[in-house]
Amino acid sequence: MSSSSRGSPKVVALGAEAAIVRYEFLGMPSIFKVRLPKPYRDPELDREVRSRRTLQEARVMRAAREAGARVPRVLLVLPRRALIVMEYVSGERFKEAEPRMGDKEACEVMMVIGEYVARMHLAGIVHGDLTTSNIILADEGPYLVDFGLAKFSNDPEDRGVDAHLMLRALESTHYARASKLFECFMSGYSSVAGEERAREVMDKVREIRMRGRYIEERRRKAGGRHE
Amino acid sequence: MRGPGTLVLGIESTAHTFGVAVASDKEPHILSDERHKYVPEKGGIHPLEASLSFMKHAPTVIRKALEEAGVTPRELDGVAAAFGPGLGPCLRVGATAARALAAYYHKPLLRVNHAVAHVEIGRLLTGARDPVIVYLSGGNTLIAAQVGRRYRVFGETLDVALGNFMDHFTREAGLAPPYVVGGLHQLDRCAEGGKLIPGFPYIVKGQDVSFSGLLTHALRALKAGHRLEDVCYTVREIAYSAIIEITERALAHTGKNEVLLVGGVAASPVLRKKFEVMAAERGATVKVVPPKYAVDNGAMIAWTGVLMLRHGMITPPEKAYVRQRWRIDEFELPWFT
Repeated sequence: MSSSSRGSPKVVALGAEAAIVRYEFLGMPSIFKVRLPKPYRDPELDREVRSRRTLQEARVMRAAREAGARVPRVLLVLPRRALIVMEYVSGERFKEAEPRMGDKEACEVMMVIGEYVARMHLAGIVHGDLTTSNIILADEGPYLVDFGLAKFSNDPEDRGVDAHLMLRALESTHYARASKLFECFMSGYSSVAGEERAREVMDKVREIRMRGRYIEERRRKAGGRHE
Repeated sequence: MRGPGTLVLGIESTAHTFGVAVASDKEPHILSDERHKYVPEKGGIHPLEASLSFMKHAPTVIRKALEEAGVTPRELDGVAAAFGPGLGPCLRVGATAARALAAYYHKPLLRVNHAVAHVEIGRLLTGARDPVIVYLSGGNTLIAAQVGRRYRVFGETLDVALGNFMDHFTREAGLAPPYVVGGLHQLDRCAEGGKLIPGFPYIVKGQDVSFSGLLTHALRALKAGHRLEDVCYTVREIAYSAIIEITERALAHTGKNEVLLVGGVAASPVLRKKFEVMAAERGATVKVVPPKYAVDNGAMIAWTGVLMLRHGMITPPEKAYVRQRWRIDEFELPWFT
């Protein structure tokens, strides 16, 4: 992997918000995440939004790492340039690897991810975009990546959303054993956060599921204004 | 004698407009379009008063719509009404009239979802095929797209709707009512010549937006003595940009290449320009429902009724109840293949 990352920058992904580029930084294979300017925004507002989010993402990544989740190291943050340089993690995405994996092996990955997420939640961090695409299987263990939607939060709702996203992602890629793999995730979660917290998360998952895209629930929260 | 063609009478009565129209599956599709609008003496809509006003005017509006189209009730192939979402008392007026007409004349009854109808009339009039839908009105802020024959919600507001937010702010700032003058909202008007004030909350949470914090912040900034045009400009830039940002995410996620703007707030030329800038970058096109049909009307209900009748989506009158909260994604769309 390291040899192929030398030389010219390579765009790995181009999302609605940011470009992910593989390149070198201080001789190390690295990922450059740049939030792209949006021409529809006032230029000053655009700079403000991008720099604020860049800083936020880097802070959350660092906090998640300190909390004990395996997250790429942040090497450089330039908020005014909307740039985060982070360590390049070599490995396959769980999304692609999972169908080929045995039950036990896949279950172990999900358990570890469950542990990471529990550690983050205990530290007041939610990932916000927990999917099988954002898990990278490196030699040293699975990594959790893409903290673009992550934030500091102690709201049980946000923790439930994390778990619910994970379940939904499992179902969309490998329906047959999704519930089994989600159990693995929750058992990892519970081993770190304790059963009570795990139960609280599960209750939220069920609640979120029940209300579909939970508009009515939110309206009630927002004061019941009729739309 | 009228040529062969499916004729449906549609009744809209979800909020402040009692609208009745006749639509056909044959061009020009919209054969009549009558409206009675309830205008409160002061403040917002009072649901009960609106419904009383509707009851008073319903027979006349229905009769006029039939006359204008040159159709007798017996010639109709179906009767449609918006059964939700909307204000209960208002919805019941249209629903009751539709049930009565359907039962008396033995016509199929079509239970239309108001939000779906906004989209369907938009698709008919703009030629959009399978767009990402941006539904912006006084009470709605919704980004949706058809997936698996339903309009799935990709993003929405977590608190107040965009139109509601704009009205509230301009009212508090002493600029409104009237909210819209010469086709421009007061917020767009007062933003002219304004400059950005840094530090206002710009809140996009994943696919969703939130405006309540922005409103509080803006009103505080006014009290603190910031120039009105600067506050207007900042607020508008943030509110519009946030909406466009979540629309862009929906485009990226679904891979669709059209954006359809529906609902009353979609009329803002400033907002439309911003949408076009975003879409151009993505190689997508923006389509806007003509203002006359962007607001509530009977034609959109009648037209959706035509589509439903074609697919046999008929509800017996005794089972046709209203639903004040009827989400757009709860409605099956067999016309998408």
